[in-house]
Amino acid sequence: MMNFPGSGILKGMVVTARNMIGSYFDRAHAKRLITEQYPEERPTLPEASRSFPFLVFDGQDPEAGMRCVACKICEKECPPQCIFIEQDRDANGKLLRRPKIFDIDISVCMGCQICVESCPFESIRMDNIYEMSSCDRFGSLVIHKGQLLKSNEYYRSINPTEAAETDARIEAARIKKAAAAKVAAEKVAAARAAAAAKAAAEQAAQPPSEPEQPAP
Amino acid sequence: MSFQPHTFSFNESDGAGASTLDVSLGPQHPSTHGVFRMNVRMDGETIVKLQPVFGYLHRNHEKLAESHSWLGTMPYTDRLDYICPITNNWAYAVAVEKLAGIEVPERAEYIRVIVGELTRLQNHTAFLGFILGDMGAWGSALMYAFREREKILDLFEWLTGARMMVNYMRFGGVRCDLPVGWLEKARAYVETYPAFLDEMEQLLTGNEILLARLQGVGVLSGERAINGGLSGPVLRASGIDYDIRKVDGYGVYPRLNFRIPRGTKGDCFDRFMLRILEARESIKILRQAFAQIPEGPTLNPAVKQRGFKPPVGEAYGRIEGPKGELGFHLISEGGEKPYRIHIRPPSLINLTLLEEMCLGTKLADVMVILGSIDIVLGEVDR
Amino acid sequence: MNFLENLPLATKKFILDLVEWVCGWFCSKLGIQLPGWVMPALLTLVSILIVIVALIAVFMVMFALMSVFERKILARMQNRYGPNRVGFFRWRLCGLFQPVADGIKMLTKEDIVPRGADKIVHFLAPIVMVAPALILPVILPYGRGMVPIELSSGILFFFALGAGTELAVFMAGWSSNNKYSVMGAMRAIAQMISYELPLVMSAVVVALVAGTLSPNGIVEAQGGLSFGFLPNWFVFTPWGFVACLLFYIGALAESNRSPFDLPEGESELVAGHLTEYSGFKYAIFFMAEYVGMFAINGLLVTLFLGGYQAPFAFLDFIPSWCWFFGKLAFLAFTMVWVRATMPRFRIDQMMQFAWKLMLPMSFAALISAATWYYTGRGLLGWALSILIVGVPYLILGYFCFTRRHTADNRRYLFSE
Repeated sequence: MMNFPGSGILKGMVVTARNMIGSYFDRAHAKRLITEQYPEERPTLPEASRSFPFLVFDGQDPEAGMRCVACKICEKECPPQCIFIEQDRDANGKLLRRPKIFDIDISVCMGCQICVESCPFESIRMDNIYEMSSCDRFGSLVIHKGQLLKSNEYYRSINPTEAAETDARIEAARIKKAAAAKVAAEKVAAARAAAAAKAAAEQAAQPPSEPEQPAP
Repeated sequence: MSFQPHTFSFNESDGAGASTLDVSLGPQHPSTHGVFRMNVRMDGETIVKLQPVFGYLHRNHEKLAESHSWLGTMPYTDRLDYICPITNNWAYAVAVEKLAGIEVPERAEYIRVIVGELTRLQNHTAFLGFILGDMGAWGSALMYAFREREKILDLFEWLTGARMMVNYMRFGGVRCDLPVGWLEKARAYVETYPAFLDEMEQLLTGNEILLARLQGVGVLSGERAINGGLSGPVLRASGIDYDIRKVDGYGVYPRLNFRIPRGTKGDCFDRFMLRILEARESIKILRQAFAQIPEGPTLNPAVKQRGFKPPVGEAYGRIEGPKGELGFHLISEGGEKPYRIHIRPPSLINLTLLEEMCLGTKLADVMVILGSIDIVLGEVDR
Repeated sequence: MNFLENLPLATKKFILDLVEWVCGWFCSKLGIQLPGWVMPALLTLVSILIVIVALIAVFMVMFALMSVFERKILARMQNRYGPNRVGFFRWRLCGLFQPVADGIKMLTKEDIVPRGADKIVHFLAPIVMVAPALILPVILPYGRGMVPIELSSGILFFFALGAGTELAVFMAGWSSNNKYSVMGAMRAIAQMISYELPLVMSAVVVALVAGTLSPNGIVEAQGGLSFGFLPNWFVFTPWGFVACLLFYIGALAESNRSPFDLPEGESELVAGHLTEYSGFKYAIFFMAEYVGMFAINGLLVTLFLGGYQAPFAFLDFIPSWCWFFGKLAFLAFTMVWVRATMPRFRIDQMMQFAWKLMLPMSFAALISAATWYYTGRGLLGWALSILIVGVPYLILGYFCFTRRHTADNRRYLFSE
């Protein structure tokens, strides 16, 4: 191809023309016209996409099935300190393992996911809703516990892989705990039986004037 | 130490005369890559003195890090050079691993190389768009570049959950493993990338106007570049063969076969072409990494991420980021929070020679030279 | 399709007849007998008014459509949609109502005049810019017999009036009391004056061959076919091709369009000479630029592309004014295409390009045209004219561009 002065410009114009003509035909392949006309066309987000946190609950009742125990680890680990938790107390003032207040200030939250990684109870996860703007400057960008609580079915619908892994882990932990509890119960029962047998043996060796000890 | 604002202005004796004009190419400007200001004294059209003024984007990264845990600083490093967040994470992770003597599993190293080189690709792609925008090319090249860059960012979103603020590296590995199908999609993308580069070269490299504006402009000799502590494509365009991937050999780079291009004249055109050549070399690295990546763990299980307490000491860890040498100097007192973190940003160090490159050129060239150094204000100001 | 061809003239005749009939009806109703000179004078006045209204209406509509189509075509070349939402009530109409929205925005903006500015000059600058721009299209032949004003020195009139825009640019820059505006205005004037010369020289080349300065005469000199298959348009001759290219580049520079938009683009300083203009005055500058662009493209069509003539006789069923506007639209499209592709020149490179490459080439085109004409338009003439144009192009191109700026003479070293 002859390289006369001006040929570079003409080659560039060929590229631009190719893009223009291609933009009328390539819509299906999205090669030369890649605009998605929001809000009519919304992007399909990948599974792992994250925007702001939410709290997971199992079952139907958010308050009863809430996994959070207000351990405050996420509040401590959060880099911009956007989580505020207050632990619940019962009627006598004793601390319960559930939060009364769980607020996340999403104008501060940077979506870094460190709270998710630090939670030992699989209770806080990342949501993928991004249309959270509001007209009220002061209150509406703090999300409260009621809005944060979303069901495990919802979590499964937005992030099936992670939800499945979490469920598997919880299930494994539950089985392990049940097995450990069974072993512990057996041990306790065996210890009790041994103690009872020992007491019975002592009883047989002793005179019968001693009052019977109540069963432990 | 006291702050003396009068030292920030020109003295009248600095070449001022009746025909000179002082202009402030202010913080709000379409072509300065962020909030960056240059006080310029011009004699007619020629630059007689230039003083960069920055700090408009100072966000206190280094002081903030002293009140977060070691892991809590990781999301903040995303925001330093916001065009390439993964390499920032990587530099911090490398520095902490050096401080604490942590081993990284092989699969994690390969994943780091893959996402690091993808970041380099998208940074150089964006650079092509930005420098054409600086020259007034009305955004065609910018749109094509961003079209390609979006595909890489989609890959990142699939892998890490976020396009830009990825928070992906951890001490001793990466946060999560590659999802099913990611590697194939990345491989397919890397196969289409050379066609895009060819199209951009056809649009740009032979264009006479581009050649006239980039060639011979902003020449920097290799010796001055070394004296100024420059790094990255700017240094290599001046003819110096220095790439930390080869010099330090961090990660699995010693196992990968790639070349380091360097230019001969040190002007803006060399820096422009060099980034295109580096992108091609990155494609080679990526292909090899895709072929060689083993199975295995992606995180060193012996390392506690939460409540991480490195031993007392100091370490400086650096990597070859897309813009140059990005380094983290860490001082630890054995606690959960660092005593001091200092960030060595490539863009700031590369800017120290801006005046030298711009003296004697015309005002329109200053924008082009600034564009060819490829700065990001998030890094310059921290 | 003679009906379509004669449509504009027939409409004009219909309106004149209507006016005459209405006046006659009124006079007969009121019983007034008008003197003999009233009717012809009235008809002449109405005829002039029709021409003015038609011209302004056509060019305003073209300006509005051009502003939206430029954005849409630019967008398509950049892999995106242009404005595609502004419509009518609920219909989106592909964004064709965008100029209405833009117009409303411009009209309702506050008109700011800087405090130390020269108020009269500041006010007059847009007017001095737009008035010649609106008069320029009046000498162009839009179709067979459709020249608004038949001037035998039309080309001279065109260039004389076109120089008024340069004055307006300087008025705008000077009156803004802003050193950056003055700098921008000086650059703009330097650019526009430098590019006037090759522009006028190319037109002179055509005038030489056609033997007349009248646009209608030039169009008619391009009728017919030579060698049996090639239309006689001047662009298809070697000297004409070069002159057309020089004229086109000069047109880009005169309209301050990319890649010559240093005066008005976000040049390294603010917006150049238009910094201190807002609202309606800015809209007027904008309009003047576009109408001037259409006018000079119209002149290019007249001089080089055969005006309103179809290339081949069998295409004559398309009316002549359709051909004219079609060619004009094509030229406008290429201007947008050029804008999408190229970065901006630096001011000294722009000057070098004008004085060192374009002016000598225009002289070469002149000599080449003379050779072609005086050797009788035969094959010998073609060969000689190609030589006379080609050799300076290669030599100048080599010295100005290739030797200094080529990617080929760069070496890049690789190390392992």
